[in-house]
Amino acid sequence: MKNSFDVVIIGGGPAGIAAAIESKANGASTLIIERDAFLGGILNQCIHNGFGLTRYNEELTGPEYAEREINQLTRAEVTVYKNTMVVTIDAKEHRIKIVSKDYGVLWINYTSLVLAMGCRERARGSVILPGKRPAGVFTAGTAQFYINIMGQKIGNTVFVLGSGDIGLIMARRLSLEGCKVIGVAEIRSFSSGLNRNIAQCLEDYSIPLMLEHTVVEVHGDSRVTGVTVARVNERYEPIESTKAFYACDTLLLSVGLIPENELTVQAGIKLDAYTKGPVVNQELETEVDGVFACGNVTFVHDLVDYVSASGKRAGHAAALYALEAETRQREMAISVSLGSNIAMLMPQRIVKQNRSEAFEMMLRVSKRIEKGKIIVSNDREILYTAIRSYLSPGEAITLSVNYPNFNLPIKVNVIEL
Amino acid sequence: MYDVAIIGAGVVGSLIAREFSRFNLSCILLDKENDVACGATKANTALIHAGYDASYKSLKGKLNARGNQLYTKLSEELNFPFKRIGSMVLGMLNEDRETIERLFENGVKLGIKDLKIIYKDEINRLEPNVDGAYDIALFAATAGITEPWEIAISACENAMNNGVELRLNYEVCSIEKQGDQFIINSDIQTKWIINCAGVHADEIFSLIEPTQNIISISPRKGEYFLLDKKAGGLVNHILFTCPTSVGKGVVISPTAHGNIIIGPNSEWTEKDDTKTTFAGLDEVLMKSRGVMKKIPVDLNIANFAGIRAEPELGDFIIEKVPDSNFINVAGIKSPGLSASPAIAEYVLDIFRSAYEPIDKLLPNPDFNPVRPSRINFMGLSDEDQNKLIEENPAYAHIVCRCEQISEAEIVDAVRRKCGARSMNGVKRRVRPGAGRCQGGFCGPKVIEIIARELGVSLEEVDFEKNDSKVLMGDNRYEE
Repeated sequence: MKNSFDVVIIGGGPAGIAAAIESKANGASTLIIERDAFLGGILNQCIHNGFGLTRYNEELTGPEYAEREINQLTRAEVTVYKNTMVVTIDAKEHRIKIVSKDYGVLWINYTSLVLAMGCRERARGSVILPGKRPAGVFTAGTAQFYINIMGQKIGNTVFVLGSGDIGLIMARRLSLEGCKVIGVAEIRSFSSGLNRNIAQCLEDYSIPLMLEHTVVEVHGDSRVTGVTVARVNERYEPIESTKAFYACDTLLLSVGLIPENELTVQAGIKLDAYTKGPVVNQELETEVDGVFACGNVTFVHDLVDYVSASGKRAGHAAALYALEAETRQREMAISVSLGSNIAMLMPQRIVKQNRSEAFEMMLRVSKRIEKGKIIVSNDREILYTAIRSYLSPGEAITLSVNYPNFNLPIKVNVIEL
Repeated sequence: MYDVAIIGAGVVGSLIAREFSRFNLSCILLDKENDVACGATKANTALIHAGYDASYKSLKGKLNARGNQLYTKLSEELNFPFKRIGSMVLGMLNEDRETIERLFENGVKLGIKDLKIIYKDEINRLEPNVDGAYDIALFAATAGITEPWEIAISACENAMNNGVELRLNYEVCSIEKQGDQFIINSDIQTKWIINCAGVHADEIFSLIEPTQNIISISPRKGEYFLLDKKAGGLVNHILFTCPTSVGKGVVISPTAHGNIIIGPNSEWTEKDDTKTTFAGLDEVLMKSRGVMKKIPVDLNIANFAGIRAEPELGDFIIEKVPDSNFINVAGIKSPGLSASPAIAEYVLDIFRSAYEPIDKLLPNPDFNPVRPSRINFMGLSDEDQNKLIEENPAYAHIVCRCEQISEAEIVDAVRRKCGARSMNGVKRRVRPGAGRCQGGFCGPKVIEIIARELGVSLEEVDFEKNDSKVLMGDNRYEE
C-alpha cells in the first residue's frame, strides 16, 4: 500500500477529477480520495441537461458530463480510493488521515494537497423558519438524491422556498414525477437562479414564482400539512395582512449553497467572509503551505464547466509545487479587497509571477446593476476596466486582469452608470 | 399482571423505571410517542442547575440540590454526557445585589457547595464576551450540562436490561379500578400506577376519577436557538441573567457537544404546541443581546420549542393518592431535569413506605446499574479504530460527515434495547443530522440503515412520530 503521493486530492467530483488529471499530466504521482462508492460527486444526481456547454460545446446531463471526466481520469491512471473519508488534515506534517473499509485507518503523506470537497446546502436553521418540525421538509439537493438516485417519491403537493437553481430544477423534476408544485417563494425581489432555469423549470410548467414572499410558518405534527406564506417588506419582514395558507405535504428548501470547508478549517486555513471558502491566490493556493483549493470549496460556482476549469488550474499549480517544492521561494502576496457593489471575489491574494500576462478573477455583484463599470486597480494603476450590462448577483463574472507593476493592495469596484 | 405501570417515558418516568428495576417487581413503562424522551425531555435547556434558585422550603429546592449531587454517579453508571462547567447569574451591583445575595443564602441553606459571589474582573476573565455592564454574579461550580434525552434513553435501556418492559405508541385512554388493581385501556393489569405524563399528567389523573386534590397543569412554551459548533467558545459557562421585575432573561450556554444554546422565552400556550414563532425567537434574540451584543445568529442551525408542565401552585406535585396505589409525579417544570434522579429516589421511598407486605419487596438479584457506553469511533486512537474496523468493517463507513458518525454506531443505536425507531431517534442517540447540514447529506443513508435494521421498507421509516413518513414509495415502477 503506497501511502505517499506528490499530490493528494480530497473529493472525486468534477473539481477533484480535473485537478487529478492535470496533476498527473504534469508528472506528479496523484491520489484522489472519494467518500462515496462512485466518482462524479453531485453530478450523478443531476440528471437534467445543461452541463458542458463551455467545456465540451455540447449540452450534456450531469451523469454524461461525469462519465467523460471519469473516462479521462481512468486513462490518466490516477490512483483512486473510493468509499474513503478524510477525517483529519495535518497540514504541518503534510499528511491526512483516512478511514475506509478497504484500507482501515491510515495516514497518507502528501507534498501538495488539493481541497475539492464541493459545497453543501444551507438547511432550515440558516433561514429561521418558524413552525413545527414535521417530516416532509427537504433541502432541494437531498430531495434530488431521494428521487434521482434512490428512486423514491418524496411527496404529492410541494411548496418550494427559495429560488436557487437546484430549487428551480427540482420544481420541474417533481412536476415530471407527478407531484403538484404549487409555488416558489423568493424573499428577494429577484431569483438567484439562472434565467434559463426560471423559464424552463417554472414558466414552462406554470409554476408561480412569488418574489418578495417567504414561508412564515410550517404546519403539521407528523407530516407537513401546509405552509403559511406572506409578502415581505423591504426589510424582509413579513406583512401580516398578506398571510395566506397553502396546503401541501412537502416543503422544499432551496436557500443557498455554502462551500464545504470543515476540513479546511480544521487544517487551520483561514476562510474568506465573502466567498465562505479559503483565501486563495490566483493559482488557487491557500495561505497554508502546499494546500490548494478548487471548485465549489472556494466559492459556489454557477456552472460545472467553471468548476472543472478551477480544478484544472489547482491541479496544475499543485503538481508544479510538488515537483518544485524544495527550490521554491514564496513571494509576498498582494491583497485584493472588495469595493462598492461587490458581494464576493476570488482570488483574494495575488502572487507576482512570470508565467503569464494576466490572471483570472471571479466576482459577484451585490445587487442588480443595469449598466456598470468594473474597475480593478491599485493606487497607481488600473489593471482592468470594462463596462458591462445586466449584472446580477446570480451570475458570477470572470475577468482577465493584468498583473500589477507595484506591490500595492488591489481594490475592485463596480460603479453604477 | 404487572406490579407497576409507569405512564410517561420522559426523563422522570425512565429514571423511576430504572429505580424500580432494582427490585423484584414486574414493571412496564408506557409512552404515547414513538420514542422515549419525546415530551419536555427532548426540548429544554439541557442543563443541570446547581439548585440555589428554588426555595429551600420547597420540594423543588430540596430535590434539585439532591438531584445535582446524584448526577456524577448516575452519569458514570449510565454513560451519558455530563460536564460540570459551572453557571453564573449575571447582575448589576446597584440593582441586583440583593437578589444575588438572596440566591446565595438560599443555596447555602440547601447545602450547595462551591457557590460564590464574583465581581466584574472575574466575570470578564471567565466570560470575555459578556457585556461590560455586568459587575456582580452568583457563580455555581456544580452546575452542569448534559443531553436530557440521552439520560432518558440510557435509563430506559438500563431499566430494560434489568427487566422492565417498554411499550411505545401506547396512549393511555382509560383506567379502570378493579379490586386492588388497575386496568389500563382494558388491556394492562397493574397493581400500581406512577403518573409521569408531563403536561398530560392532569388528564391521566382525571382518568381514575379522583375525589380530591385534582391537579391542573398548564403548558408553557419556550423557544430556542441552537448554534453551530463554530460558535463554541462564545461562552464558557451557563449564563443566566438576574430575574428582574421586567421578567426572566434567557440562558446562553455551551451544550454537551460543543454547540451553543440560547433560550428560552416563556409563554402560556396549549399542550403539544411545539411550534416556533418569529415573535418568540425575536424575544429570545433580543434578550440574549442584553447579555452580549454580538450573537452570531448566522451560525444558527436549528430552532425548536419545548413545553414545560407548569403546576398550579408552583411546586412539584409528587404524592401518593390517599387510599389508592396511584402516585402522581406531576408539574415537573424546571428544574425538573436537574431534580429527576432525586425525584426517582423520592418516588421509590413513597412506594416502599406504602408497599405491603414490605418484606415481600426483594432486591432484583440481577440488577446491574451500568449501561454500556456507546462507542464514539472518532474519539478513539488509531490503533483502537483499526481494531474495531477489523471486527466490524461498518465502523469504517463514515455516514455523517458533520459529526463523523460511522454506520456501526448507527446500527448499534437501533439494535440496543430502547433502540431508535425513527430518524430523529437515531439523531438523538448518535447525532447524525444534529450537525450543521441537519441531515442533508446523511439523511438518505440513515433511512436505508434504519429500514434494513428494522426489516421494513424505506417508506415505512418514520421521521419522528409513528406514521411520520419521509418517503412515499418507489417512483420507478408503475403497476
